[in-house]
Amino acid sequence: MVSEKELKVIIEQVLSEMKSKDFTESKKDTGVSQSAVDHIEDNELSDITMVDMRKQLLVPNPENGEDYLQMKAKTSARIGVWRAGPRYKTQTLLRFRADHAVAMDAVFTDVSEEIIAEMNLFTVKTKCKDKDEYLTRPDLGRKFDDEEVAVMKEKCKMNPQVQVVVADGLSSTAIEANIRDILPVIFQGLEGYGIKAGTPFFIKYGRVPSMDVVSEVTGADITCLLVGERPGLATGESMSAYIAYKGTVGMPEARRTVVSNIHQGGTAAVEAGAHIAHILKEMLDQKKSGLELQL
Amino acid sequence: MEEKIISVGIDIGTSTTQLVFSRLTIENTASAFSIPKISIVEKEVIYKSSIYFTPLISDTEIDGEAIRIIIENNYKKAGIHPKEVDTGAVIITGETARKANASLVLEKLSGLAGDFVVATAGPDLEAIIAGKGAGADLYSKSNRSVVVNLDIGGGTTNISVFKDGEVIDTTCLDLGGRLIKIHPESMKVEYISKKVKKLADHMGILIEVGQSISADKINKITNRMADLIEEVLGIRKVTEDLKLMLTTKDLKRNYDIESISFSGGVADCIYGTYLEEKNLIYGDIGVFLGKSIKKLNLNNTFNIYEPTETIRATVVGAGSHTTDISGSTITFSKDIFPLKNIPILKLSAEDEQLGYEALSQAIKEKVSWFGLHNEKQQVALAIKGVKSISFGELKLLAQTIVGGMAEIISMEVPLVVIVEHDIAKALGQTIQTYLEYKKDVVCIDAVNVSNGDFIDIGRPLANGRVVPIVIKTLAFGY
Repeated sequence: MVSEKELKVIIEQVLSEMKSKDFTESKKDTGVSQSAVDHIEDNELSDITMVDMRKQLLVPNPENGEDYLQMKAKTSARIGVWRAGPRYKTQTLLRFRADHAVAMDAVFTDVSEEIIAEMNLFTVKTKCKDKDEYLTRPDLGRKFDDEEVAVMKEKCKMNPQVQVVVADGLSSTAIEANIRDILPVIFQGLEGYGIKAGTPFFIKYGRVPSMDVVSEVTGADITCLLVGERPGLATGESMSAYIAYKGTVGMPEARRTVVSNIHQGGTAAVEAGAHIAHILKEMLDQKKSGLELQL
Repeated sequence: MEEKIISVGIDIGTSTTQLVFSRLTIENTASAFSIPKISIVEKEVIYKSSIYFTPLISDTEIDGEAIRIIIENNYKKAGIHPKEVDTGAVIITGETARKANASLVLEKLSGLAGDFVVATAGPDLEAIIAGKGAGADLYSKSNRSVVVNLDIGGGTTNISVFKDGEVIDTTCLDLGGRLIKIHPESMKVEYISKKVKKLADHMGILIEVGQSISADKINKITNRMADLIEEVLGIRKVTEDLKLMLTTKDLKRNYDIESISFSGGVADCIYGTYLEEKNLIYGDIGVFLGKSIKKLNLNNTFNIYEPTETIRATVVGAGSHTTDISGSTITFSKDIFPLKNIPILKLSAEDEQLGYEALSQAIKEKVSWFGLHNEKQQVALAIKGVKSISFGELKLLAQTIVGGMAEIISMEVPLVVIVEHDIAKALGQTIQTYLEYKKDVVCIDAVNVSNGDFIDIGRPLANGRVVPIVIKTLAFGY
């Protein structure tokens, strides 16, 4: 039997051997000492999400790189990322996690009060008391307490031709990125068509069917909801417009007209706004929305 | 939701006149939840006329009445009423492309060829139309290479160069199969073009109309013509004769040509086989020229392939490839179409960097230049625009345009703005706001034009969401 003391000595010996071996090996491998890595400032690190992946090809020695890049230019899918053994390269993995973080942020942040004030919107809240409840109780994100309904009644012009509302939905980032450019274009377009718009406002913790309550409360002919889309890994800034003629609570989803994919990489906010104004006019003329609307 | 429109193509060339009808299918390819994306999804030639010799009164003057009869008969044969034709082009090409002929044809065909048909000519456009009709653009796209199409007709050789589906160069040579006409039996020269006579002079060969010519001499001349094709393609040292034959700027020759196709009447004499005794069946040097080109063995240097259309390339191009459609989110205050022959004032990239105030001034200046040459004239403003423009910038841009185009706005014509990026609907609406909705405004996007182009805009399609457009490069440039 080895005594405890002897065992201790052996372990110490092994550990010290391993340490020195590790050190020389890591020195040999990377040529960078531990202390240098510790001293990189945040601002010296490049932001991995700034790389335009559609222009980045990680395949070494491709048969036809130009064609590969043409293919990549057409999709946000992560193709041409190569591999390290059977796994992603570090760069690919980090980018994936960074994009996922952007999506998480889009869901979990709130639309800033300054933007809501800047756009002259007042805020009403659905029955959800916080983000967690908003995410876990979709049924509450479409309902309002009586006090909130009273605020709508008090502040809104009643029976407008078009009522525009904005909701955070699943991406506050989308609202912050697009609302400044899209709202004025929609109102300018409506003015051009001679359509009377109601008082726009903001719904916190709002889901799409919350617009139907707005339709019933304001008596608007058309309600148009601008809402943040569930973020994906391509962008967290995508917004949709859901538009319904004479919306009612519990109406079939087929009666909503949707314009989706409003963001810089999709349809730019200003052009989408002009298009939405046109749809609103068509809807008033045809007195229909959703699948019945002929565009 | 599909919509089909009928397009006519009429090609009146130095030697032949042809007509085709094409059916263009327009469809919204975006999903129901997106902004519409309407494009031409299918082009199908539904009727091809026979190939007629172009009726001429003299060597250079078209017999307009005879043309009208040919066209009328073919409308009847195809069972298509002029009213059903939505778009198309009448192309007058080669030596017959003179202003007098063009206006004559316009006059004779007016009311026959439908509402929105353009009569046009110009060597660059001809080359592009022939190249597209021959399918050289698609070939270069699917093979990702540089493809040259040489459309060798009776009077001219129109050359277009495509890279990955896009035109990168064009030129035109006065080389063709009908530049010397010879009586098949007596071998007497009935006609020789001035330039070919000069070319023969340089070789020490004297040719006079009315005198007979030997096959040997014809061969020498057509061999020299074939040499000039090698010169223009950059595989033979350029001589003064090439300059003589060019009707427009030379090719740039700063790209690597991979494949070559031939179209036009002479193409059939290159790809086909003609026996010795058939050399003069058309009473001209076309077969000789074809054989001379075949003898060049260009396939040692390039991949020579036979295109989908040869003698019909130009007419198919005119019928199927002249019409484009605008972006799907556009502004027009009311249906004031068709608008025809509007010259384009395109701002340079430097202009657009100027900042809005200076830009407004720059537009004003350029508009007044147009005025100097043409008195008061309608001008369409073309800009690139900003890709993801903010509302603030949009307002500034609209103000800039309204300020810069003041002279046009004061005239009794609509304000036409063409923007490359997808912002036309928002920009158009904003411009209308500044003009207090008192002026007709047309603002379209996804259209690529250059200075010196002319644009025709047709009646809206797809429930008013898009307008058909034809861009003409140097109409009647002769």
